Amino acid sequence: MARTLFDKIWDLHTVAELDDRNALIAIDRVFLHERTGAAALNSMAEANRKPIDPARVFCVMDHIVDTRPGRNDQTLMPGGQAFITETRRAALEAGIHLFDVNDPEQGITHVISPEMGIILPGCTLIAPDSHTCTQGAFGALSWGVGSSEAEHAMATGTLRLRRPETMRVTIDGELGEGVSAKDVIIALIADHSAAGGKGKVIEFCGSAVRAMSMEARMTLCNMATEFAAMSAMIAPDKKTFAFLEGRRFAPKGPNWDAAKAHWIDLRSDDGAQYDTEVTLNAEALVPMISWGTSVDAAVPITGHVPIEADSAMLDYMALSSGQELVGIPVDAAFIGSCTNARLSDLRRAARILDGRRVAPRTTAICVPGSSSVKRAAEAEGLDQIFIKSGFEWRESGCSMCFFAGGESFAEGSRVISSTNRNFRNRQGVAVKTHITSPEVVAASAIAGAIADHRELG
Amino acid sequence: MPRPFTTLAAQAAPLQIANIDTDQIIPSREMRSTGKTGLAKGLFAGWRYLPGGDYQPDPNFVLNQPQYNGAQILLGGENFGCGSSREHAVWALDEYGIRAVIAPSFAPIFENNCSRNGLLCVKLPATDINAIKAASCPVHIDLDSQQVSLPDGQAWSFAIDAEVKMMLISGMDAIDLTLQHKAAIADWQSRDAIARAWIYL
Repeated sequence: MARTLFDKIWDLHTVAELDDRNALIAIDRVFLHERTGAAALNSMAEANRKPIDPARVFCVMDHIVDTRPGRNDQTLMPGGQAFITETRRAALEAGIHLFDVNDPEQGITHVISPEMGIILPGCTLIAPDSHTCTQGAFGALSWGVGSSEAEHAMATGTLRLRRPETMRVTIDGELGEGVSAKDVIIALIADHSAAGGKGKVIEFCGSAVRAMSMEARMTLCNMATEFAAMSAMIAPDKKTFAFLEGRRFAPKGPNWDAAKAHWIDLRSDDGAQYDTEVTLNAEALVPMISWGTSVDAAVPITGHVPIEADSAMLDYMALSSGQELVGIPVDAAFIGSCTNARLSDLRRAARILDGRRVAPRTTAICVPGSSSVKRAAEAEGLDQIFIKSGFEWRESGCSMCFFAGGESFAEGSRVISSTNRNFRNRQGVAVKTHITSPEVVAASAIAGAIADHRELG
Repeated sequence: MPRPFTTLAAQAAPLQIANIDTDQIIPSREMRSTGKTGLAKGLFAGWRYLPGGDYQPDPNFVLNQPQYNGAQILLGGENFGCGSSREHAVWALDEYGIRAVIAPSFAPIFENNCSRNGLLCVKLPATDINAIKAASCPVHIDLDSQQVSLPDGQAWSFAIDAEVKMMLISGMDAIDLTLQHKAAIADWQSRDAIARAWIYL
């Protein structure tokens, strides 16, 4: 019977059938971070449990760690230091891989896992972070879980799972100039609602997806969680293999050849059936921006707030129905997060910022997705472009994608952000977040108001 | 170990807004503990308290209204619990005293976190939830018969995954249960270590 990519990974990892729908699924890798790492590891230790294979468990400091230059264990978040020191102690005790605050490989989980070849095609990876779906871009089953499930996976090497339904999203055609993977995923969610993915595993297919770089594919898969999907995946191809070859934890020598031979088969068979099919025409897509406090409250950058917009959202966002998005003044601009802070994202933003200045009353901050991304950007002089334009240039971490009680944007301010969530108070008290591509963030920082980067030339 | 869930009779507080995300259930700034406790005070902090940061109850928020004092059930909207995977949202609900949420749909990570902590997620159509709200009386949930009922006789059946139901009713620890398959897991791993040697570091 013809099988999907998901079916193949699920079948391979099935250790035992629990009933007609649930199975015990082997988990190849677990990735922890300091917000919940200590809770999970301490809870295991209290129950006298240990990771059964600590060599396949990884941990990084990304959620709470400061991103100010010269940072250490101290945090602007009150009490944040305890999360770092507790997680460090528990990680060292458990003997798992730790990428500490000033480790050269430190960075956001979903940026550094691919950088080090921790995620691999066909593998299962879980992390107590909803954006773990990002790593499905490598043809893996990778998804976010709670701390209890992370404990379960470490203690048993498996998870008890209900087999999810599948959805194929086919995106054919060529994306227009200035349109990126971020616009594709926001458009998909705006079209089908923030609940549209309903716990399914999505496979992104089509010529537009094949044409995307690995970094763009990661952006596409990143926001599957904003679509209420369990995860997303993309069949691996030559780009996937080229990206991973030679990475720190990727297979080497004969193991690489054996792995590649296995990975070649990781694609959906002709005629494989999905529970749901969705298509998007890449040619018709345009740059997108959110106007409300749910990710599906988004419109084309050239558009207007809908006439029948939710009044609670309008009140919170201080907008009126029918209002044009372009030209709305912004107080701050943020480029960062697991969605859009990889080297290609920074390059595209820098191209817009080069030779221009951020508007006088706009705060602008760039937080590279990983310490490696930061070094690579500095090696090609991108940091200087950001700094000369008026952006702050930070150390890597999740940073101001969310407000943890420490650093935040000014109360009530309007922020244009390359992140993934526009929830109320997400980036600070009463902060009004508009999520969009790094290009639109850069152009808006220059204009001091929401701006279409394509108009800047 | 989670508390077993069999039946529950309690007041249900209506919070029927679509896409209530876990940042609303417990904001990041309220996750001050490196453990799983001390979180109830932060539950719905952005909605439950007046501005000013000194935790003065906002009388307009549903859980602060006298008739919902001691509510153990929440009536939610579509895609309840979306956003961040933080299990703190469930720990905070549990510590506050919420034992069940009734909503048209749940975000997958939240739903799973609930079942691992003994909280029941009941999926019912919005029209049925409206009827429960309108009745404004204690709600009875029987997990074994998969039924929600009201004192006046109105009743609704709900579907639930068999595995989740078994886990909730038994209150069993998922890890203990899975370790019953220890031999099968070891066997699978030794075969896989030959088939996919590159996975094992």
